[in-house]
Amino acid sequence: MEDNIINVTVVDREGIEHPLLAPTDMAMNMMEVCKSYDLPVEGTCGGMALCASCHMYILSDHTLSEASEDEENMLDQAFFVKSNSRLGCQIKISEEIDGLRVQLAPVGAE
Amino acid sequence: MIHTDILIIGAGPVGLFTVFEAGLLKLKCHLVDSLGQPGGQLTEIYPKKPIYDIPGYPSVLAGDLVDNLMKQIEPFKPGFTLGERAEKLEKIDDKLYKLTTSKGTEICAPVIAIAGGLGCFEPRKPPIDNIDTYEDKGVDYIIKDPEKYRGKKVLVAGGGDSALDWSIILADIADEVALVHRRTSFRGALDSVEKVMELAHSGKINLITNAQAVGLGGNGVLKEIMIEEDGKEPYSYKVDHFIPLFGLAPKLGPIGEWGLEIKDNAIVVDTLDYSTNVLGIYAIGDINTYPGKLKLILCGFHEGTLMVQSAFKYIYPDQKLSFKYTTVAGVNGFE
Repeated sequence: MEDNIINVTVVDREGIEHPLLAPTDMAMNMMEVCKSYDLPVEGTCGGMALCASCHMYILSDHTLSEASEDEENMLDQAFFVKSNSRLGCQIKISEEIDGLRVQLAPVGAE
Repeated sequence: MIHTDILIIGAGPVGLFTVFEAGLLKLKCHLVDSLGQPGGQLTEIYPKKPIYDIPGYPSVLAGDLVDNLMKQIEPFKPGFTLGERAEKLEKIDDKLYKLTTSKGTEICAPVIAIAGGLGCFEPRKPPIDNIDTYEDKGVDYIIKDPEKYRGKKVLVAGGGDSALDWSIILADIADEVALVHRRTSFRGALDSVEKVMELAHSGKINLITNAQAVGLGGNGVLKEIMIEEDGKEPYSYKVDHFIPLFGLAPKLGPIGEWGLEIKDNAIVVDTLDYSTNVLGIYAIGDINTYPGKLKLILCGFHEGTLMVQSAFKYIYPDQKLSFKYTTVAGVNGFE
């Protein structure tokens, strides 16, 4: 692993895998990493856990910090929520999540 | 018909402050917003969150910033059409646009300033494959008249205040009410949660937790909902109505069909004056895009300020515009 860079994989809604590099020293989160690679994650509220537009599923067996009450409340407004559902904006990029695999959750009907 | 100088679409912070800058040039403004109160995202999404990057305010609550802006623009007596979505825009004369809202209100102005933020807030629709075929045929995202459900079998989905409150109200009206929620705890107000639990206990609400609606069935008219409980095989639940209440999400909406150049869900503008590709239409704040764009309230204030200068020259090409500082000239409101 390079200094301050980790590898994460994002599976988009078409099932295509995107191996990404993410810096651990820029206070970024998974929503921001996805947006910086132009993946279709809205992140409407800008990372305040106030919308559910960065809903994703954790596919790898990493142990993440537990979802806050705010995050759980916002997940109530998401669809197809599963036990491995999280808001990308609440997943901080850190060494502990090197190798993380996530899948973007479906968005609402148009 | 309402007449004004600048018709501002979107009553968020940028739309509101633009009234002030326009007022200094003696231009009158009218604002239209699909939400029922001014403030846009600040009111709808994060009224209690502090904002730290408004110059001169080390910290200000989003809701307080909106209140302050409303006070600041008061002398310029802006008009408001709230709770109505900007729907149709027509050019009715060489230098005159007519906007028609979703409720049929008509507003005329030579200049349109789109300060629509993320777009208009609309109910979130669950991504169930055939849900649009059942809209108004059993599926409702908004409850307009609860009497519609008298004697019917209704299934409400969601875990927030509106899902709880409507389940409580419908428990008295509908023949059967079921509430489906993805977990066992609710985020709504405590007394609403208690009331729902009580009604569930007495059999007036069928509370189905750790569950989600995943499919709809019927023959043109909704008859059943497929419910998946705790990852088990989905089962069929007979209903007349499905009311998913998952809050509001912003959509670009009709603005996208006005012939404006759109890129990544935003309106392309010239940074000279934030004009769009259509003469007389400007776009300011989060809804526009240009090289180096930052979605900040601060930047939106700047954009609105420069925009009204250009709007003045467009409306009054023969008049000279002399720029005056408020510290020199004060704020002279409208009679």
